Amino acid sequence: MANKDLQQTDEQGTSLWQDAWIKLSKNYLALFGLTVLCLLCLVSILTPWIAPYGYEEQNLLLGATAPSFQHWLGTDIFGRDMLTRIMYGGRVSLTVGFIATAVALLIGVLWGATAGFVGGRTDAVMMRIVDIMYALPFMIFIVLLMVVFGRNILLLFLAIGAVEWLTMARIVRSQVMALRKQEFVEAAHSLGLSQWTIIRRHIIPNTLGPVIVYTTLTIPSVMLLEAFLSFLGLGIQPPQSSWGLLINYGVETMEEYPWLLIFPGVTLSLTLFALNFLGDGLRDALDPRTSKD
Amino acid sequence: MALLEVNGLKVYFHTRNGVVKAVDDVSFSVDKGETLAIVGESGSGKSVTCYSLLDLLPKPPAVIEGGTAIFDGEDLLTCDSARMRHFRGNDIAVIFQDPMTSLNPFISIGEQLIEPLIYHPNKSRVQSRKNARLRAIELLDEVGIIDAEARYDCYPHEFSGGMRQRVMIAMALINEPRLLICDEPTTALDVTIQAQILELIKKLQQTRDVAVIFISHDLGVVAGIADKVLVLCDGTIQESGDTDHIFYHSQSAYTQKLLAAIPEGAKVLPNRAEHGNLLVKVRDLKTYFNDYSKAASEKKYIKAVDGVSLDIQRGEILGLVGESGSGKSTLGRSILQLAPTTAGTVTFDGTVLGGLKPKQLVPWRRRMQMIFQDPYASLNPRMTVYETLAEPLLYHGLADKKTIDNQVRQLMDDVGLAYGQMRKYPHEFSGGQRQRIAIGRAIATKPELIIADEPVSALDVTIQAQILDLILELVERHNLTMLFISHDLSVVRYISDRVMVMNKGLIIESGDTEALWSDPQQEYTRQLLKAIPLADPKLERLRIGRV
Repeated sequence: MANKDLQQTDEQGTSLWQDAWIKLSKNYLALFGLTVLCLLCLVSILTPWIAPYGYEEQNLLLGATAPSFQHWLGTDIFGRDMLTRIMYGGRVSLTVGFIATAVALLIGVLWGATAGFVGGRTDAVMMRIVDIMYALPFMIFIVLLMVVFGRNILLLFLAIGAVEWLTMARIVRSQVMALRKQEFVEAAHSLGLSQWTIIRRHIIPNTLGPVIVYTTLTIPSVMLLEAFLSFLGLGIQPPQSSWGLLINYGVETMEEYPWLLIFPGVTLSLTLFALNFLGDGLRDALDPRTSKD
Repeated sequence: MALLEVNGLKVYFHTRNGVVKAVDDVSFSVDKGETLAIVGESGSGKSVTCYSLLDLLPKPPAVIEGGTAIFDGEDLLTCDSARMRHFRGNDIAVIFQDPMTSLNPFISIGEQLIEPLIYHPNKSRVQSRKNARLRAIELLDEVGIIDAEARYDCYPHEFSGGMRQRVMIAMALINEPRLLICDEPTTALDVTIQAQILELIKKLQQTRDVAVIFISHDLGVVAGIADKVLVLCDGTIQESGDTDHIFYHSQSAYTQKLLAAIPEGAKVLPNRAEHGNLLVKVRDLKTYFNDYSKAASEKKYIKAVDGVSLDIQRGEILGLVGESGSGKSTLGRSILQLAPTTAGTVTFDGTVLGGLKPKQLVPWRRRMQMIFQDPYASLNPRMTVYETLAEPLLYHGLADKKTIDNQVRQLMDDVGLAYGQMRKYPHEFSGGQRQRIAIGRAIATKPELIIADEPVSALDVTIQAQILDLILELVERHNLTMLFISHDLSVVRYISDRVMVMNKGLIIESGDTEALWSDPQQEYTRQLLKAIPLADPKLERLRIGRV
């Protein structure tokens, strides 16, 4: 409630987020990253309408061909258009990347912030749970989930998110433990602010830097995890595709048909670069200590 | 020819926001057996001056633009790095400000001490480990480490702050330097320890005939030990001369301002205590912390506060004095229910606070606030001044959307900040301005009690004077009651009506400020009072027995 009031009266000045935007718009690498990501998302959303072919349209007679005018990025061994498959693959990969990371982020930040802030026995119990989850082979965890609930793409997001939050929780916890001892947090206590308000207004904004950087690292690792699971038959199934899956198949035929590896690989790398640039830019932009010019 | 002669030294920092002239045309000289004090506020260039002599500045951004520094016939500013290492190892030694961070925690004291002897660049001076050890123990003994031989293998964390600073001094002396640079060597130490360290430096200088450059922000500290004083401000020399000349016949307005800012004498404003109107009553308060350094079998506590009783009358300013580790901060926090109390009661305006749940405590929190020591840590770096000041008002429902802007402006006005700055973040302010913001936040909820925990210790002396006056003014205007915690006795005397002396978790003496000053009852209090350096060279020399 208090937060809302503050923002409404904060018209004349610039808020943290407005400042961040001003600074971000001066960082060309970050803007490049943002543009690339937006384009990728846009293409993924529009794929069903703009894709040159259907994603399961086979042409066995054609087989694997190198890039040509009909098939800009070539075709795979079943004669399916690679551009189309990469575009459809992007839909799956980006969705998995963003949703699973969002799940990991949400659980990880809340878990870590609570453990670090409350401390003592609560902290010990919460972090032992994290340790146990770390020790648990995540494959077994995901296979179990799949067996119990059946194969379902939404479940896949949740399952990946549920194993990726652990490191996030540890990072946030260590940050929060350092912040908890700071005098401005004690000042907030002495103002009588509730624990939740303190976590939300004073603790979490100060952990943003490392969290953002780790997030941009999590997204690509989630995409690769999905590829691995799909490769084992636990994720999405052919003829559906994802970037990770395309890369896996590409590796097998790397020597005969290199384009089957190169194009999905380049797309994934491009996304990764874009994410890292944007992440770095965001971290700087959200830190009021960096100057606006 | 003096041992070190610096002429026209210029050090500029080339930053993104332009050139900062950190040191601009500074000249001085120091001869053996002589002590030169370089005095100035933070940012005056006093440390940069000395670090540039030893090539310890980060380059870039620092560039030495001009000048010479002739040490024993050689220019320190132009010599190559091999030669510089030779100077650093043999002739010039530095004692840094913070003894806590200047020692490697993973290497024993003795090992760190003999390092320069065993790994000396000059092969002819390398000594055997056995000889080096003997030499180190001898030195530890000389700087006043008791039972030096047994403590040789101890690690830094096993020493107190004062002891660590002694070790640092031994380390600086091990190669028998001819010039000793002391960069605020006592700023992080308690007043009694400070007196001992100053005495030690003076003694060593006399017995060894070294030249000393003593950097300090505090004119009071240098009065007793300096032969010459150089006053710096914004990288330029304001005044230089004999100590007596600087203190008694100062020509420069800046030096006079520095001298005037040293808190001296009694509180001028009348005592506003309303007798019989008790605001805070503390009875037999105990705050223990678990001591994790002990084995679990012998459960031990650190008794931070060990049975304290005190009363604070409404309108009174009560000073709480003690050295570090005396439990004075914990006592303040316990009164505010910020530290968990082990036993005893805190009564605020007739209500016992101990049993209240956090939710029930909220209305009381509004009525008692705290000002913290470090203005760099006590403000959320991601909140603007406006947000920081508005938060308590909105949270306690003291303002609504219509009035909040005006109320924040009023607060900024109260603490002497311009409204135009309210959208800035804390890092854009100086230390003194930040402390004003922190004070603004503390008085935002119109509290009755304010506990100020060393509110001026981290500030320069002129800023300190301004903040103290601001606090006194606000106490008057808003009818505040205050518990003022400090290790600095002069500050406490300047501001409080009544004083309590705390040591090892107990209040050992209390009384009206002036009565306590003129007639302390306890030996400990007498020691404390005796250790205060006086900003008057003649009196100070008499005090430390050096005529």
